[in-house]
Amino acid sequence: MGDGTERGTPETNGQGGNANHGALVHEVAEHIVEIISDSGEGAQTAGQLFGTVSARMGNGVWTVEIIPAEIEPPYRSRAGASGNRIRVATRPVTNMGEAADVVVAFNEQVPYSRIDVGALKPGTLLFLESEWANSPDPLIREAYATALVDFQDRGYEVVEVPMQQECLRLVEDPKRGKNIWILGLLCALYERDLALVETLIERKLGRKGAAVVQANQGLLRAGYDWATHNVDRRFRVPVEGTDADRVVMNGNEALALGVMSAGIEVCSMYPITPATSVSHYLAARFGQVGGIVHQAEDEIAAIGFAIGASYAGKTAVTVTSGPGLALKTEFIGLATMAEIPLVIIDVQRGGPSTGLPTRVEQGDLLAAIFGQPGDTPVIVLAPSSIEECFHFVITARKLTETFRVPVILLTDASLATAQQPFLRPSPCQQWLAPPVDPSPWDPEVPPYAWDPETGLSQRPLPGQRGGEYVVTGLAHDEESHVAYESKVNQRGLAMRRRKLETLRSSLRTPTIHGDDEGDVLVVGWGSTRGAIEEAVDVMREQGNKVSCLTLRFLSPMEPGLTEIFGRFRRVMTVEINYSDPPSAGEGRTYAQLAWLLRAQTLVDVDCWSCVPGVPLPPRVIAAAIRERLPDPTAEPSFDGENVPCTV
Amino acid sequence: MHGLTQDWEVQEPDRCLVLEDYESLKPRWCPGCGDHAVLGALQRLSRDLQLPPEKVVIVSGIGCSSRFPHYMKTYGFHGLHGRPLPIASGVLSRRPDLHVFVVTGDGDCCAIGTAHWIHAVRHNMNLTVLLFDNNIYGLTKMQSSPTTPWGSASNTHPTGVPVAPINPLEVTLGIGNASFVAQTLDWSPPHLYATLKAAHAHDGLSFVRILQRCPHFMRDRWDELQNEAERVAVLEDDGMGIPVGDPVRRLFPHIVPHDPTDLGRGRHLATGAEGIPMGLLYCNPDSPRYDQVTIQGLGMSADDKLRAMSAELDRFAL
Repeated sequence: MGDGTERGTPETNGQGGNANHGALVHEVAEHIVEIISDSGEGAQTAGQLFGTVSARMGNGVWTVEIIPAEIEPPYRSRAGASGNRIRVATRPVTNMGEAADVVVAFNEQVPYSRIDVGALKPGTLLFLESEWANSPDPLIREAYATALVDFQDRGYEVVEVPMQQECLRLVEDPKRGKNIWILGLLCALYERDLALVETLIERKLGRKGAAVVQANQGLLRAGYDWATHNVDRRFRVPVEGTDADRVVMNGNEALALGVMSAGIEVCSMYPITPATSVSHYLAARFGQVGGIVHQAEDEIAAIGFAIGASYAGKTAVTVTSGPGLALKTEFIGLATMAEIPLVIIDVQRGGPSTGLPTRVEQGDLLAAIFGQPGDTPVIVLAPSSIEECFHFVITARKLTETFRVPVILLTDASLATAQQPFLRPSPCQQWLAPPVDPSPWDPEVPPYAWDPETGLSQRPLPGQRGGEYVVTGLAHDEESHVAYESKVNQRGLAMRRRKLETLRSSLRTPTIHGDDEGDVLVVGWGSTRGAIEEAVDVMREQGNKVSCLTLRFLSPMEPGLTEIFGRFRRVMTVEINYSDPPSAGEGRTYAQLAWLLRAQTLVDVDCWSCVPGVPLPPRVIAAAIRERLPDPTAEPSFDGENVPCTV
Repeated sequence: MHGLTQDWEVQEPDRCLVLEDYESLKPRWCPGCGDHAVLGALQRLSRDLQLPPEKVVIVSGIGCSSRFPHYMKTYGFHGLHGRPLPIASGVLSRRPDLHVFVVTGDGDCCAIGTAHWIHAVRHNMNLTVLLFDNNIYGLTKMQSSPTTPWGSASNTHPTGVPVAPINPLEVTLGIGNASFVAQTLDWSPPHLYATLKAAHAHDGLSFVRILQRCPHFMRDRWDELQNEAERVAVLEDDGMGIPVGDPVRRLFPHIVPHDPTDLGRGRHLATGAEGIPMGLLYCNPDSPRYDQVTIQGLGMSADDKLRAMSAELDRFAL
């Protein structure tokens, strides 16, 4: 919401002192910055550092990676933009926002891939590498000149920056280092604490040696100095003071740290985008807390290994994405049937099939809940922020061990790479998995001594004398003896299902964001929460009676929904999966959560969803909500093909 | 076991395990099925080694032989078709105190579970893997398996299997890092027992293919071998591998000296060039073991974990 929330008019800062060199200081409630380059030029590193320093200085931050579809897209290509978007604000930020206020581009072609998705707007300040104007290649010189005129026609404010030339004063190969020089420029523009950035650079590059650290710190200062003398304005994003300890990380790092804090000892995985970076982190760091990563020969072996470890008393996690979840279904059924604890993390991507491997989608919800053949109750949880990615792993481990039901944690490609600061967690003994109990087991207690009220039972672990039993995926009685009798089968299914009802009865009614009643209630789940809440906030400021709620438990579902829905004239979901428009009539395909809610509550839940492969910006969501107001405004909503997406 | 110490005290162990301590439900295999012999051999071996039943885990897939865990009064895991090896690897990964046996069949291991077979051998964890090879799917009623002989009729290939079979010994010996590959017969109890004993004693993954009779669907399959015992090449070495006792010698006259460290000759023997091999084809106790990697960090105290976790979060601190 770069336009909507900019506060006040530019003012001259009397206290700017020497650092400002008379530049105008604009105080803004928030700003969106993008750094984009060809792949491999370090724009992502610069963006992450800028996000980190901003978070450390107390700003709300949300960073998103801009990822080209290919590993090495063609040089200077429109399709090749690689980089980072950083949304910096006074208040906490929960999504990537709308068009960018400031863009730094390493050549004149990469902005086009961003222009195509609506990431720039008239007035965007575009810092453009100017070396291409002097290229020995006349075609490049011409392309540069053409683009420059075009950018001005589009209303961008272009500042040509001799990045390469300036870097050459310090280093021989400006391809390595331009990113840090640019970081210096941005630090001047946003009045960042340079000493702090130098520390971060040292931490990030320290293992490459003191010479590399010093060279980069030199580049940082050079970029800072250049901007100090050559850029005529500053942006000040005020900070709301907080004394609380905080950390900043992306969603996949949060999942990995959650695994470590939960006392899980085994992560068994097979490489799959966009989930693999969880395992990368664990591969490097899990040993610090005594854990291991097992890279299996395939997705099936990965979950089989995890189930084996868990059966032996070491609750394990397996990390995957949609295609991998599909392969794991038979084993998920076994874990359900044999009541073996297991945490499955599904970092969702676009589907079906190979789909959009690096892109966000929420298309696995129904597959997670209903994907297993047979009647297979599983617990499904969806974190809706980076912080929840961390804590939900700990919750998942506890739930799966208490209930002896597999827990599927649904995150997505958006949460995976987005960075956000949050309260520093305080790991404690209660979070850790208990050690394997070596004491004898009462032979009178069977391995499935189901409590008829709750369906819960305790399991003996290998090594416990007296508890010897044989796990089986066949229908079985309390002793785990294979049984084909109708009564026994009915009872087993009832007991396994009852556990979910037991869990449901312990859940709280979800909190409503906004008033408890009104015209429209938006229901969402997962990574869309931030954007939905922001859309609702904006609409409420405009006087609309709109509220929203986010579901974290999808199976079993949080209670009280029918009653809540009854207090709103319309209920709709907003999701990133496919649905038909309302005009589709009786055969309409609903978004996945909407299917569930309709079945569960018998309320005529509407939905708006699309599959652009990118996070939904708040104004797109607001447009969909507006259409559903009792007095819809004229502004048409977006469909999946015209969403102005900004990442 | 019971005994006298040097100062004439009676030494009484806290438990003395007998065969019944390993016997569970009555097996429901057909009369004459080779699986009975293997079950008996493993129960006797467990008794002789006094393996604590609570420390034994038998992991199996799906198929006739995979019913095996139900008949052992130990921990057992009757898993999914083709997947016992990943499960067993996971069980052992953080529990080096357990004796983990894998029971799998020719359909389970050599068809649906082939990928796991190859990678389990490569990982070389301390598992004892028993391949019950009767050359046919029994539980689902006589479909061809990957080891069914070419031309042999089945319900899925009524006019005969149109492709040549897999030789599980050759495949296993072709996998880098194989560390123990043996073959035995269900109808030679002394050799079967000696093979299981050597396999269990081996540090690393021991792969034992058991030629197993299916009187129901492959009635005549091993008749030639049973009637013409000289077609079996009994492998004998200097004492490293599987001892060949007199009862074996009496039945199987064709003794072939073989150094089980010789991989090339092991592969040659696996082809059947000198008779159907029975014994240890290859053994390399120095093959790296993955379970020595997976136990890293075991037993770290909660305090140490919490300290490490705090340091970990420092890396992200603002």
